Amino acid sequence: MKRIIRSTMQTAVNLLFFAIIGTVVLASTFYLTHDLIVKSEEAEKLKLITQIIPAELFDNDIIQDTLTVHRDTLLGTEGDSVAYRARLKGEPAAIILEAIAPDGYSGKINLILAIRANGEVAGVRVVSHKETPGLGDYIELPRSPWIKNFDGKSHALYKEPDWKVKKDGGQFDYMAGATITPRAVVKAVHKALLYFETNRDMLFQTAVPNPKTGGKK
Amino acid sequence: MNLQEFKDILHNGVWKQNTGVVQLLGMCPILAVSSSVVNGVSLGLATAVVMALSGAAVSPIRTYVPNEIRIPVFILIIAVLVTVVQYLMNAYMYGLYLVLGIFIPLIVTNCIVLARVEAFASKNPTAASAWDGFAMGLGLTAVLAVLGGMRELFGHGTLLSGIELALGDGAKDWVLHVIPNYKGFLLAILPPGAFIGLGLLIAGKNWLTLRKEQKLKNMRSNIVVNDAGLTPAAH
Repeated sequence: MKRIIRSTMQTAVNLLFFAIIGTVVLASTFYLTHDLIVKSEEAEKLKLITQIIPAELFDNDIIQDTLTVHRDTLLGTEGDSVAYRARLKGEPAAIILEAIAPDGYSGKINLILAIRANGEVAGVRVVSHKETPGLGDYIELPRSPWIKNFDGKSHALYKEPDWKVKKDGGQFDYMAGATITPRAVVKAVHKALLYFETNRDMLFQTAVPNPKTGGKK
Repeated sequence: MNLQEFKDILHNGVWKQNTGVVQLLGMCPILAVSSSVVNGVSLGLATAVVMALSGAAVSPIRTYVPNEIRIPVFILIIAVLVTVVQYLMNAYMYGLYLVLGIFIPLIVTNCIVLARVEAFASKNPTAASAWDGFAMGLGLTAVLAVLGGMRELFGHGTLLSGIELALGDGAKDWVLHVIPNYKGFLLAILPPGAFIGLGLLIAGKNWLTLRKEQKLKNMRSNIVVNDAGLTPAAH
């Protein structure tokens, strides 16, 4: 019995030893790379944001000026998401929201969209999707400029029935063979605009003035 | 490790025991990331690096690890190394990390890595183990490159698309538009394309191997006939 306990202990200590070494190696790599990783993630976000909102439209540190947006059926989000706020000389210029189109051809389509303070869409991009490659993936900018159709559109310009693909009597183009995908995206953008209109004041007002405002990163 | 061993291990890893078309291990990454050359080669090389490192890490401690817990210890080491590679890629090759991100942690579960550690590194010296891991990884990379090339060419009519993610924006002009104005062939990009392509590769490898064997056989029977004529009592 004693021998069994001893050999078990030995094995356990052995395993513990390797676990500790592994932890040390992991922890040190984490500390060495952490700053770089955070930086590249921020740069990537900023790259995406500056694609949908012209750089001359804001002068604040947009990555830091954020607001937590709770789940909302109009946005299609299922948890908290982050909204980025663009300001020019302290005045609200635009807001960057995450939205999800839940009814894509194969699951959710994640979007990021910038809405100007006047309710106009500044730009939309697809962040991730699972649509059929070669058919439904023209919603990605590298494959087709389709997503730019939304630029400058607003509820002032297009009324409710216009926010559909042309096949359904609306104003938005689509490509033959894949109507479900654009239909989902158009609907999601439309609903995100509705969300913006009902929550406009909250989105900009609850802002704590950013101490760093005034200097672009 | 002498030169002959070095060559044998390389030949074994890249051709004779190729993980992709002979051992048929690690099908999950092969089928998932072989949609383009760049994706395939990147994940293949990441796997090769992990395999070389895990071979080098397991071999020196092989005599200290009690037999009963060797598998958990090996898995622990592999998991640590994969996470380190993931951090490094995340920090220094962010674009590529975004493309391959979800597949990198899966290298841990790729049975090739544990299989080689268990079958080779736990019985051989350090340098040979590291080299074996790397050679096996190279074999996988080669399969991924060829399969990725086939699928990308038939699917999109291009080669090396997305290379700027791996090598920076300067490499953008390297993308080859082999077939201009290609309409695309969906089947090649979808999962069935991966299965069909891999099937063709396996068939091709088997055909080459069989042909070589046949040649050797023919050569041998010729020699025997000659021998029989000249020195009947040689046996």
